[in-house]
Amino acid sequence: MVQYPSRLDASFSALSDATRRGVLEQLGRSDASITDLAEKFHMTLTGMKKHVGVLEHAGLVTTKKVGRVRTCKIGPRRLEEATAWIERYRQLWDARFDELDRVVEELKRKEKIDERKKRE
Amino acid sequence: MNARRESEATPMKNRTTVERKSERELVVMRTFNGPARLVFEAWTKPELFKQWWVPKSMDMFLRSCEMDVRVGGRYRLVFGHDESNPAEFFGRYIEVTPHSRLAWTNEESGDGGPVTTVTFEEKGGKTLLVLHELYPSKEALDEAGTGAADAMSETFEQLDELLVTLGASQGRS
Repeated sequence: MVQYPSRLDASFSALSDATRRGVLEQLGRSDASITDLAEKFHMTLTGMKKHVGVLEHAGLVTTKKVGRVRTCKIGPRRLEEATAWIERYRQLWDARFDELDRVVEELKRKEKIDERKKRE
Repeated sequence: MNARRESEATPMKNRTTVERKSERELVVMRTFNGPARLVFEAWTKPELFKQWWVPKSMDMFLRSCEMDVRVGGRYRLVFGHDESNPAEFFGRYIEVTPHSRLAWTNEESGDGGPVTTVTFEEKGGKTLLVLHELYPSKEALDEAGTGAADAMSETFEQLDELLVTLGASQGRS
């Protein structure tokens, strides 16, 4: 539990980059080598190695070298930990704003009726 | 094909997004299908605010809601079903610009509370609402997040308990 915030930090900074989020999404579908990922994201091998390194450090990805190929796969459950509370927070605001939608619709409707009355 | 037919039947629901902009900031965004004037009104009139601030899924009861919407004016929200166990949220407004901008402090947990800023930007009859929370430190935001995660596991625990109770009563019948 003491480690929780610092692990969250690493996860959040790892997730702050669009390419790294793309890599995670990709690995969510299937494991891939660094070469595959570099090609897919139009990057140099060195560039992709750096991104994978950040994700690995955050525990979001694990890698394994077999022969000359380094295969990457998604890390166990860490992504869920990092995003769970943000998602929970989003759901609260989403539910709130659904209700606010209704209030705004109601205000619009009332305004229309008032305008019509004024014209009469 | 299916998705298209569905979106024709019911108007598309606007998406709510949440992003951690920096170590100390959270940003929530949503577009509303109405002019800023009306969305702003729903944030600043207690009788309207009460209608949406506590969605049914929250399982909380908003007992009272006082809002003195002017710079330096205070607000107070009291939750809870009975007076013995109230939960209060309070602070004061630090910016009030009709139809475009609202900001307030959150003082219920002392000095460590965030400052909330809401902006309303109208475009073509729709309003983009951006809610921005600035925490005094990275730790304060982490703590708020951990609190939310804890609250979630609490909900799951309650669900577990309910399932056990239901299972037991089913076994009896």
